[in-house]
Amino acid sequence: MKVLVCISHVPDTTSKINFTADNSAFDKNGVQYVINPYDEFGLTRAVWLKEKQGASITVLNVGNKETEPTLRKALAIGADTAIRVEAEPTDAFFVAQQIAAVAKEGGYDLIIAGRESIDYNGGQVPGMVAALLGWPFVNACAGMEANGDTYDFVREIDGGKEKLSASTPFVVAGQKGLVEEKDLRIPNMRGIMQARTKPLEVKAPVEAVNKTQTGAFSKPAPKSAVKMVDAENMAELVRMLHEEAKVI
Amino acid sequence: MSVLVYLESWEGKFKKNTWEAATYAAKTASMLGTEAIGLCIGKLDEDASEAGNYGLSKVLHLEGDAFNQFDANVYGAAIAEVAAAQSANTVIVSATFNGKALAPALSIQADAALLSNVVALPENASPFSVKRGVFSGKGFNVLTSDAAKRIVLFVPNSIAPEATGGNASVEGTSAGQGSISPVAVKEVDRVKGKIPLPEAERVISGGRGLKGPENWGMIEELAEVLDAGTACSKPVSDMDWRPHSEHVGQTGIAIKPNLYVAVGISGAIQHLAGVSASKTIVVINKDPEAPFFKAADYGVVGDAFEVVPKLTEEIKKFKAAN
Ligand SMILES: Cc1cc2nc3c(=O)[nH]c(=O)nc-3n(C[C@H](O)[C@H](O)[C@H](O)COP(=O)(O)OP(=O)(O)OC[C@H]3O[C@@H](n4cnc5c(N)ncnc54)[C@H](O)[C@@H]3O)c2cc1C
Ligand SMILES: Cc1cc2nc3c(=O)[nH]c(=O)nc-3n(C[C@H](O)[C@H](O)[C@H](O)COP(=O)(O)OP(=O)(O)OC[C@H]3O[C@@H](n4cnc5c(N)ncnc54)[C@H](O)[C@@H]3O)c2cc1C
Repeated sequence: MKVLVCISHVPDTTSKINFTADNSAFDKNGVQYVINPYDEFGLTRAVWLKEKQGASITVLNVGNKETEPTLRKALAIGADTAIRVEAEPTDAFFVAQQIAAVAKEGGYDLIIAGRESIDYNGGQVPGMVAALLGWPFVNACAGMEANGDTYDFVREIDGGKEKLSASTPFVVAGQKGLVEEKDLRIPNMRGIMQARTKPLEVKAPVEAVNKTQTGAFSKPAPKSAVKMVDAENMAELVRMLHEEAKVI
Repeated sequence: MSVLVYLESWEGKFKKNTWEAATYAAKTASMLGTEAIGLCIGKLDEDASEAGNYGLSKVLHLEGDAFNQFDANVYGAAIAEVAAAQSANTVIVSATFNGKALAPALSIQADAALLSNVVALPENASPFSVKRGVFSGKGFNVLTSDAAKRIVLFVPNSIAPEATGGNASVEGTSAGQGSISPVAVKEVDRVKGKIPLPEAERVISGGRGLKGPENWGMIEELAEVLDAGTACSKPVSDMDWRPHSEHVGQTGIAIKPNLYVAVGISGAIQHLAGVSASKTIVVINKDPEAPFFKAADYGVVGDAFEVVPKLTEEIKKFKAAN
């Protein structure tokens, strides 16, 4: 079985987010990059598939050379091979076409991506890949179990959960629940050593267009100073919420 | 060149969220100088003509065996087919769980640009541009598309539904399932009477400061008097004190209610990323140095076990008097 895990290379969750002086781009200065947290759940789930069912794992990023340490980290966690499609990704449709092309060529049985990339928060790429390939799609996937070629899934929905099933090939956009937080694999010394010699293939992008253009960035307006209310005077808080904030 | 809006229903019923989408579509249509048409999919127990009251001129209703269960690809392709038949070049979808799942498929089937995580009405008609949230609440970005067709996936609670008093006719419509093999739905498990987080107008949230799951009674009581949803910080869901679906923040659900009340939550940067878009934030924490106070509108320094029941009492009194 061949599993393709999509890895987005994103600023660490503690990063201070700044934009360049003309607000035209994200300021990468001093930013640490990590595997997108949603993709970490998918990667660990893929490692379990490898250990229990026997699978080979390819991790894939569409990005420029600076994403390679992130791919090496995924190799250290347990992926067998890595592919980087050499391109500056600035549009979900472009990225999805690259992933779909790699998936078609490589003959994968399933694709695990994340529910959302925490940089541009689009939540679009996995569903686009599924539609481009004509494969079933499970979004916000919080559980996946294999029974031969059929898989059972748990999907988050508004106000609850859904249990689903589908046969390979399919695409899931995963999150916590694929594995639990405590089960997330982290690279150990042996994994890091092995990752250095695992194959990382650089591919040229297939021809594709962007359907959107990223314009000016801005920051949220700063909050005005907090108003402190005496813990003994909740009537005052209720009054403020009613009269000033107008939320009750 | 009309605007089409997907009017989502849950178990045959519409919600406030549906009318928010209708209002979004009506306002976008008036900006583009055209009309807005609604599309309902699946069985309905309610009268879809209600959409006229939110500015739609016509509502189409698509029914059939293929649409009894939700499937991202099936729904996406069907909406694309209806959009083509109506020559709609703009489709509006609210970013509920199902909306987020179907919009990418819709954009591929319709060969349209997908503008996602949109937080306000469109800024400009030509070139079409929107304001989207990026970096998990830490920034905004103007996203433009010159594609001939586009899908706008907007964040719930970005605008308020606006009743206009108009009327809409309801007509049946059809769309095929093509060769799509859907995901089979085996079981749907919705918690009755709970307000789904992304669309809740008020949210009461508890953190590790509450010490254990047995102490959530007071959170639920406060939520009940305020008609609010309940949420929690990540460690609380990791320890299984509360279900995963209540976890808000950078790696959980991002919300933008009118009122967010954080009880016993320190205000870590990853937590703030998912809640800082809330209109009004109230923080209750026993530590005056808790970082959350810097991001709050109203703060109360005190023991949650004393403050929360008092607040609930005062709200009950307020409701009785008003
Ligand atoms: C240096 C750099 C600059 C960028 N500049 C921009 C920009 O200006 N504007 C912009 O919109 N985006 C930009 N991005 C791209 C962004 O990271 C996404 O790849 C792309 O925009 C899709 O974003 P999304 O939020 O829709 O992804 P989502 O759909 O939210 O991502 C969901 C999942 O899809 C997969 N995925 C997403 N992107 C990739 C990828 N590149 N490679 C492999 N798997 C992926 C992951 O599994 C991820 O969890 C940039 C990325 C980098 C590294
Ligand atoms: C990659 C990554 C992603 C993350 N994503 C998220 C996310 O999406 N969401 C999220 O929430 N966190 C996230 N976190 C975790 C985050 O960093 C914090 O650890 C977490 O938010 C802390 O939860 P807390 O505030 O409930 O607990 P604590 O930080 O332990 O805070 C408890 C608070 O309760 C107060 N308190 C104690 N007793 C009382 C009392 N009797 N009355 C009133 N107040 C009291 C304390 O003063 C303290 O401020 C993430 C972390 C990482 C590394």
